[in-house]
Amino acid sequence: MRIKSTWQAARDAGKTVLAEVAGQKYDEHSSFSIRLAMEEGLNNAIKHGSRMDPAKLISLDYEVTPQRVEIIITDEGEGFDPACVPDCTCQENLQKPGGRGIMLMKAFMDTVEFSEKGNSVRLVKVRPDGE
Amino acid sequence: MPEPNSRISVSSEGDVMVVELLDRKILDEVSILHISEQLNSLIVDKSAPRLVVDFTNVDHLSSSALGMLITLHNSVREKAGRLALCNIQPGIYEVFAITRLNDIFTIRDSQAEALAEMD
Repeated sequence: MRIKSTWQAARDAGKTVLAEVAGQKYDEHSSFSIRLAMEEGLNNAIKHGSRMDPAKLISLDYEVTPQRVEIIITDEGEGFDPACVPDCTCQENLQKPGGRGIMLMKAFMDTVEFSEKGNSVRLVKVRPDGE
Repeated sequence: MPEPNSRISVSSEGDVMVVELLDRKILDEVSILHISEQLNSLIVDKSAPRLVVDFTNVDHLSSSALGMLITLHNSVREKAGRLALCNIQPGIYEVFAITRLNDIFTIRDSQAEALAEMD
């Protein structure tokens, strides 16, 4: 789906994805993780990719199966190099208000891959064994 | 009783302000800005403010919300005040731990324990 770069559009789109996740009965931690990472990806797309321009569009593509959840978020921005994002857990960065979104995505999802340009992120969560 | 459109509920325990965050999900910049403004209004005219922020109602927050809390923490510290967080759900606490913000913030399980940190 393609959505405007607004917080409300992002929340509404996210609800669609999360409803399918709930339908597949993912456990609470997986659901929390998927929600958190998706919200971070959408927030980054709006703030950094679209630079808060509601006329810019964001693509939210997803697939929810019993085994895995895959979400791809793509914005119309210039992209960036994720390797250049400072480590927010370093002592000198701990007190800074920003720079934690990507780290949280990586901590909570099994796969976080950025496109070469950096304007698209692929998030994957695999259902834990035994669930 | 919180005012209409208030994102926080404020009470007092002695000279400690106890703030209950009312939003279940603290995700977008507009909401975060509103909460930030309301929190800052509590400390702006105070010297050595003492503040407990209760997360009972919060089940999701974004990294931008963490930024808001860091800014609050820094403001309180600059005024030689004290800040403690409490009643953080396990999933949210994991976010604090992963980002090492549990090293920055005083986090306690209950409001009573957080108030004890204000002494």
